[in-house]
Amino acid sequence: MSRRVELTTSRRGVLGMALAGAAAAGLGTAPAQAALVRSSARIVIIGAGAAGTAFANRLVQRLDGAQITLVDARAEHLYQPGLSLVAAGLKPPGYVVSRTTDWLPRGVTLVAEQAAAIDPEAKTVTTSGGQRLEYDFLIVAPGLVLDHDAIEGFSLDLVGKDGLGALYAGPEYAARTWQAASQFTETGGVGIFSRPETEMKCAGAPLKHTFLIDDIASRNGAAGKYEAHYVCPQSVLFSVPIVSEKVRMLFGERGIATHYGHTLKGIEPGRKLARFETSAPGADGEAVKSTVEMPYDYLHVIPPQRAPQVIRESGLSWADKWTDQGWLQCDMQTLRHLRYPEIFALGDIAGIPKGKTAASVKWQVPVVEDHLVAAIQGREGTAIYGGYTSCPMITRVGRAMLVEFDYDNNLVPSFPGLIAPLEELWISWLMKEVALKATYNAMLRGKA
Amino acid sequence: MQDMTLGTLIAVFEEMFGRWLFWGLVAVALVVTAAYLYVLIRDRAMSMHKFLWAQIAMPFGAVAAVAFVLRITRSGLRDIGGPIDVITLLGVAAMGAVGIAVLVYTAQSLARPLVRRPKT
Ligand SMILES: Cc1cc2nc3c(=O)[nH]c(=O)nc-3n(C[C@H](O)[C@H](O)[C@H](O)COP(=O)(O)OP(=O)(O)OC[C@H]3O[C@@H](n4cnc5c(N)ncnc54)[C@H](O)[C@@H]3O)c2cc1C
Repeated sequence: MSRRVELTTSRRGVLGMALAGAAAAGLGTAPAQAALVRSSARIVIIGAGAAGTAFANRLVQRLDGAQITLVDARAEHLYQPGLSLVAAGLKPPGYVVSRTTDWLPRGVTLVAEQAAAIDPEAKTVTTSGGQRLEYDFLIVAPGLVLDHDAIEGFSLDLVGKDGLGALYAGPEYAARTWQAASQFTETGGVGIFSRPETEMKCAGAPLKHTFLIDDIASRNGAAGKYEAHYVCPQSVLFSVPIVSEKVRMLFGERGIATHYGHTLKGIEPGRKLARFETSAPGADGEAVKSTVEMPYDYLHVIPPQRAPQVIRESGLSWADKWTDQGWLQCDMQTLRHLRYPEIFALGDIAGIPKGKTAASVKWQVPVVEDHLVAAIQGREGTAIYGGYTSCPMITRVGRAMLVEFDYDNNLVPSFPGLIAPLEELWISWLMKEVALKATYNAMLRGKA
Repeated sequence: MQDMTLGTLIAVFEEMFGRWLFWGLVAVALVVTAAYLYVLIRDRAMSMHKFLWAQIAMPFGAVAAVAFVLRITRSGLRDIGGPIDVITLLGVAAMGAVGIAVLVYTAQSLARPLVRRPKT
């Protein structure tokens, strides 16, 4: 089987669905399990989120004798794609939460502390508790941090009150976001849905929240008495042009107003005012900045997102790209650090043009695994990550669009000819509602 | 294991329903199927009378299966958006219909075995 074909069929795995059963039946037998590779390498993984956990599980299935250490202080594992459902009242906060240790295989050591410093020259990681871990290979997978402080006047205590929502902040905040949003869907008024100017995880999530709250409002007390405004710093709704156009059309049909070139800078919660910095080309072509205030009854805040401090301080970030954000400098096809070949990025931390989704992690993990095992064996790896990114775009309760694309902004549908991309379908909703978490969990266990 | 395999699919279903519920459902399906085959072999004939009842149950099974799936997925018929949705829904209905027919037939056969009247 050629690599291309392999990749096409495995996309089904990302969405893994009853329907795929028929397709899978044809694919039949499991591939022979690759033989265990003997190694005494010391492998340190920073972060036990989607990427770190999936990778650890894969490694124990591939390597025999390696010393694998995961570093992460967080006791709770969060299934973050579920936050969008919690913030629309469709799932309870507990839907998102499990224990980090539930997913870890035997044979890896968990150091329940944060990585506080990385020295890529000495090849050591120092933890918040002062432990010094030496490594032969380092997998950097600490996700990203939400910079709520960048929005003046905003604080997480305010979420759920006075019409403020912030679903990215975690399950409790997502539930409180629903408190504020559900009130809006009953009483109406002006709803403002924002997104940050930085790179962000799941760039579809701000759109999903807009669609969902608009849908629920249109069926509830607020029907006919509300306005929905989507406000973004960019000049498009989505980085992939064909997706952006589709969303533009849907927003048009649904009467959702769009404001481009607006960056949320601050709020006045007492007066329910949001302050945006706008940027529009002036007469001489130079961008002209100004400030506008918009009153709201419901405001959804997604803050700027950046690499964790420890990464930005370790000298591993890009020096000439995303300098305010600090993503890890790596090759976009192999995720290998450009200056330290024993270091790989996985997940949201990677400084690559696409890929900040859990679905991307599923595609990245086997690639890094291939290059790492090859390095242990003293050869070159061959697997390539093409930028696969996916985000089931919910357009209302009961319907979604499958949006899957790569570095080249090409659509790469998992079920070509069967499930149309960019079409609002019930089956795509089923995938997000029912199958996505199951597939995610299977990925964590290294099985998908 | 990059490919979609039976193993992957089973892993996904285990996660979806929980390991016990998934294998429990598989076991129930297997038991009912085995019982169905058993009564067919035992009786060496289909009872048209029992089959009639099974057929009458089919539409109810179909509707119940669709209602169940829509309910657990918080959706409604208005969400059916394209051909694949219709096909999926028909598939669910067909499974519900066949499932209940087999169940009704088997239950009747187990409760009241076919009595062969001596030919007069
Ligand atoms: C609202 C929302 C909706 C989303 N929807 C989707 C979707 O529909 N589909 C999809 O595919 N993806 C979606 N995603 C994105 C997906 O959740 C992330 O891309 C994915 O979790 C990234 O995995 P990760 O391992 O890189 O980061 P994470 O899963 O965030 O894990 C990072 C881990 O690193 C740990 N860590 C951080 N700093 C340190 C440190 N210094 N030392 C040690 N450990 C550290 C953290 O405690 C955490 O456990 C969504 C995300 C959000 C927020």
